[in-house]
Formats: sequence, C-alpha cells, structure tokens
Amino acid sequence: MALLSDPVIFIANWIENLLLGWGLAPLLVTIIMDLLGAGIISVAMLLLVVILIVLERKLIGRLQGRFGPNRVGPYGLLQTIPDMIKIFTKEYITPQGADIFIYNLAPIMATSAVLLLWAVIPYAPRVVGSDINVGVLYLVAVGALGTLAILLAGFSSNNKYALLGAFRTVAQMISYEVPMVLALLVPVILARSMGVNEIVNAQYVWYVILAPLATLILFITAMAEVGRAPFDLLEAESEIVAGFHIEYSGLKFGFFYVAEFLHAFTISGVIVAMFFGGWRGPGAETYPILGFIYFMIKTFLIYFGTIWVRGSLPRVRIDQLLGFGWKILVPVALTLVIFTAVAEKMMFLMAATVIVRILVHLVINLLLVLVLIVIFRAQEARRPLRKPVAEPRTVALGRHSVPPESPSA
Amino acid sequence: MTPDMILFLVIALVTLAAGFMVVTTPNIVHAALWLILNLFAVAVLYVMLNAGFFAMVQVVVYIGAIAILFIFAIMLTRHAMRDSGPRFNTDWPMAAILGVALLAALIWILSRWQSFMTLPPMLTSDTDILRQLGQALVSPNAFFIPFEIASVLLVAAMIGAIYVAWGKSGGKK
Amino acid sequence: MVSNWLFIGIFLLIVAIFPGAPILIAYFLAPRKPNSLKSQIYECGIETVGDTWVQFKVQYYNFALTFLIFDVEIVFLFPWAIAFNQLSIFGVLAGVLFLVILFAELLAAWQKGALEWV
Repeated sequence: MALLSDPVIFIANWIENLLLGWGLAPLLVTIIMDLLGAGIISVAMLLLVVILIVLERKLIGRLQGRFGPNRVGPYGLLQTIPDMIKIFTKEYITPQGADIFIYNLAPIMATSAVLLLWAVIPYAPRVVGSDINVGVLYLVAVGALGTLAILLAGFSSNNKYALLGAFRTVAQMISYEVPMVLALLVPVILARSMGVNEIVNAQYVWYVILAPLATLILFITAMAEVGRAPFDLLEAESEIVAGFHIEYSGLKFGFFYVAEFLHAFTISGVIVAMFFGGWRGPGAETYPILGFIYFMIKTFLIYFGTIWVRGSLPRVRIDQLLGFGWKILVPVALTLVIFTAVAEKMMFLMAATVIVRILVHLVINLLLVLVLIVIFRAQEARRPLRKPVAEPRTVALGRHSVPPESPSA
Repeated sequence: MTPDMILFLVIALVTLAAGFMVVTTPNIVHAALWLILNLFAVAVLYVMLNAGFFAMVQVVVYIGAIAILFIFAIMLTRHAMRDSGPRFNTDWPMAAILGVALLAALIWILSRWQSFMTLPPMLTSDTDILRQLGQALVSPNAFFIPFEIASVLLVAAMIGAIYVAWGKSGGKK
Repeated sequence: MVSNWLFIGIFLLIVAIFPGAPILIAYFLAPRKPNSLKSQIYECGIETVGDTWVQFKVQYYNFALTFLIFDVEIVFLFPWAIAFNQLSIFGVLAGVLFLVILFAELLAAWQKGALEWV
C-alpha cells in the first residue's frame, strides 16, 4: 500500500537501504541518490516537452478554427516524433566568424536554466528536489542565467540582427523581472518564508484567493519573461527575423525551441506552487500520489491559460511592451506590496481569524484593480479620437466623373 | 583532505583563474564572460560558508544585473568586438615585484594575529538567521538609518547616471 | 554544506551534461557538408553589408541601469518580508518608507525620460 500511495519516497528509501547495505559511505549514497533524482527529473521534463509541443499546436489550431497536426498517429498526437527525428538529422551550419565555444554553449545554457528551476518545486507532500530556504530567490537567480544565455547566443552569432534581437530580448526580460520579483514578494510576505516548500505548506487557503492581483501580475510578467505571445515580438518571423537564434540550425535550434516551451510549462508550475497551493487538494496528505496528480492537473490548466492567451491576443510593439512593464506594472506591484505588508502586520497584531484575513486582502486587491480600471478609463477618455483617414472624393474618368456613392455594378 | 577542503580548493582555483583571465584576455567581451564565471564561483563559495541567501543575492544582483549592465556598456562603445591592443604594460616586472611584496607583507601581518588561526563559528543555514537579518535591517538601534540612506543613495546614483548619460535635459531633448 | 545545496550542485552538473549529449549525438547523425556559401551571415537573403557592429541606442543602457537599481532594492526587501512576525509596527513602516522612496525614484526616472524608447 505504501508503494501505491507514496511511490517516490518508498522507492527512494528502498534504494537508499540497498546502497547502505552494500557498505557504501553515507556521503556517496547521498551523491548517488541525488544523481538519480536529478537525472530522473531532467529526463522526465525533456520527455514531457514532447507532449507539450503537440498539445500546444493542436490547441492553437483549434483556437484559430483549424485542426492542428492530425496525420501522424491518432488525432496527430505523435507529431513530435517525426519532428524530433527531422531536427536530429539536420546539419549544423556554423556562421563564419562565430565565437565557437560560446556559440555552442548558449543552447545548453538556455536549457539548463529552465531545467534548474525544477529542483526547488515540491511535487508531492514530501517529495521535493531540494528544500533550500531561499527558493524564491533561487527562481529569480536561475531566470537571470536564462537571460544571460540569450545574450550569449545573440552576440556569438556574428550577425547584427541576432545582436539586435538579443538586446531587445534582454531589455524585455529585465523590464519584466522587477514586477515579477515584486509579485513573488507577496506570497513571501503572506507565508513568512522564502522557501517554496514552506510557501506550499502554508497555503491552507490558496493564495490566489488572498491575492488575485499578485497572481495576475505574476502571470503576465512570467509570460513576458518567457517570451511568449503577446510578448513574442523577438522571435516572430515578421519582426526581427527570428531574433537571437537566426544562425542556429539543427538540434541547437531545437534546444532553444524546447527551452521555450519547457520554460512556459515551468513557469506555470511556479505559479501553481506559489499561488494555487502546489500539490494541495482533498486527500493529498494521506495519499501523496494524489498530490502529484493535483499538481500536474493544475499546472496543465495554467499552461492551457497561456496557450489561450497566445491564441487570442495580438502582438505588442517594443515601446508599448516596455512602457507597460515600467509605467503600469511596477507601480501597481509596488502599491500592492505596500498595502499587503501593512494589512498583514495589522492583522497579525490584532490576531485576526482566517476569514477576516482573506476578506481584507481580497478587498485590497479588488480596490487596486478598481483604481487601475478608473485610471485606464480616464486615459482612454483623454486620448483624442482618430480622424478618419480617407474621405470620399470624386474620381474623374475622362469627361465623365463617377460620383463617390454610386452603387457597385 | 575532507571533501569540503577539496571542493574549496577547486572553487578557489577557478575563481583565481577566471580573475586572471579577465585581465589578460584580448577580447573585451570574453573578459566580461570570465568575470561572470568569477562571480559564479564566489557565489559557490558563499554556499560553502552556509550563506545561501548571499549566494542567491550574488547571482541575482551581480550576474543578473551588473554583468548584463557591463555587457550593454561594452556594446555601446565602438569597436568593442575587435581586439583592444597590448594588454601588458612595459613596466610589468616592477608591478609584479610590488604585488608579491604586498602579498608577503599581508601574510606576515595576518600570521601574527591570533584570531586568524581560530575557526569562526559556523553559521546555521536556517531561516531564523535571515529573520534576524530582516529585523536588524529595520530596527532603530541596528541598521535602520543605513537602510534608508542606502535607498536614497540608490536614487541619487540613478539620477546621476541619467544625467551623465543624457545631460541636463534628461531624455527630453 | 547542507545536503540541499549539494543536490543543486549535482543538478547543475547533470543539467549541463544532459542537453550536451543529444547535441553531440546529432553532430554524428547529421550530414556535414560545409561550404562557404552556407556559412555566410544571414541578411535577408542578400550579402552582408558593412560591419557586424551597429551603433546601439543609449536606451538599452538606461533600462539596464534602472533595472539594476530596482533589483538591488528589492533584494533588500526579502529579509524584511520574512521577519514580519518579529517586527514591530515601526519595522513594517520602515520597510514601507523604503518602498515609497523606490516609488518616488520610479517617478523621477519617468519624468527624466529614462523609461522612453524612442
């Protein structure tokens, strides 16, 4: 029964006892267990991308009123396998003058930066890769490494479009990192701890109910960090011609592609862990396997949300993008943190009950959203109406002029 | 040789080698990348001292912000991609002798200081230490004044940098 | 060193090797026929004109600088945020003052035009 309800801990204990029984030193046993855990997480995530890519393509297709891929396999679900075979066998074309070591390091670093995020997210009640007490800062730090990988990819390609694309990507990512860290500060204040495991453990009430505005800000900024639509102007074909990965071909490009999809999924996992209670659900404490299933379901739901946004919204321009990040999101996030901090301390001092806490935080969030809507409406009202571009005018044809409003034949 | 000591030796060698490469590599962008490796190795040193929070702060602030600022600043200057000319001064033997003499003097002074040979108390890595840090940052008889002055200093730094970059009119020309 | 950080160190090693292995495999599986025309830099289908070097706008530097200042200030806030149970009201207000100074700085940068992208 323990195997079915708590498989990971059961198997981990079994392997550990086996290795200790063979007489290995405890440090070596720890290292081997860590290697196994890290290997399993990496391989599982890289294989999960196979499902994610085909899911996204079919969903985007459906949102655009067409079938997605539907030839290979039942309902087209095996599409990624021939795609992978194709990418594996494409030639690596290295541009002349490229910085060879950094050119090859960049896709590896981009993928590493995404896989490293999975080390601190708790999958089930006692299953977490590494329970460090500064998990939230670790998430931000690994994001910074990802930004660096893109910069390296851009300038090592010896191509001015790649360089420009990389710089714009980095400008976008750093502009949205400030509101992201501020939005991540809200669950840290509510849970009084920086460790992701402890934040999940403290969510008897999901934080999305306590701080919906922070969830929304984290969702928006996370999508901008990953570079997904509507913020994907850096990779879109019509914009800067594929941006920083112009000169990459074959599996190196494949890894950038994989890193982007996996990053979107990972950031959904982070949002679930910080705001939606991670593995929490009915019966998760007694049957940890249920906790893992809840976590996966919630992450896929948020990932579906990102795909939905991608299929529905048009792309924004770079100046609109940066203006939105700095002039709207940062002030909103700052005010939210200030009010949350003051309210939380007040309620702690007054020893308020859970219901009062929920209501106060919810009211603060909704009031801020209301203030934002009022400000937006005022801006809209003040913007001058666009003059009509074309006016009907008479078209002269020889000696006969055609009046503008004649009905077409 | 415990594993800790071996790991420390490896990381220290990486730090020193990366620092050496920062100053001797001909390509300035490569120098920035060696600097990033150096900062990362220092972060690993912080982890080994049980100061995980500072390791993360090092990566977030130094590598995630300052190194990127360096690379942007390098890219803003012309001809940065080409080699930068002779890296060694003609007087370098004298500078090397002075450097070694300074190192010898430092080692001699430190060896005569009692506390150099005793081990410091190990930091615990649980969250209570961080909570004490948080309390100390805002309590009036600890670091409250430096905390607020630091924020004013950062404001001044930023306005100063904008002024230097764009002149008195700021961005509006 | 606590075993948690050891896990992250080992994870870092594994994650540096795992993407490298398929890339190496693909290097052997894929055809290798370099010729000078294929390795030319892409410039919308024509030959490259001019140096790879372009003059960058100073706005990039401004954004990076603003981001740096905010990053440093936010990192200060993390220890403050987790110590809420032990802080007095004065402590919370000190942090709020810090945040208000940050806000004022955002407004100053906005007014100076550092957040424009012309």
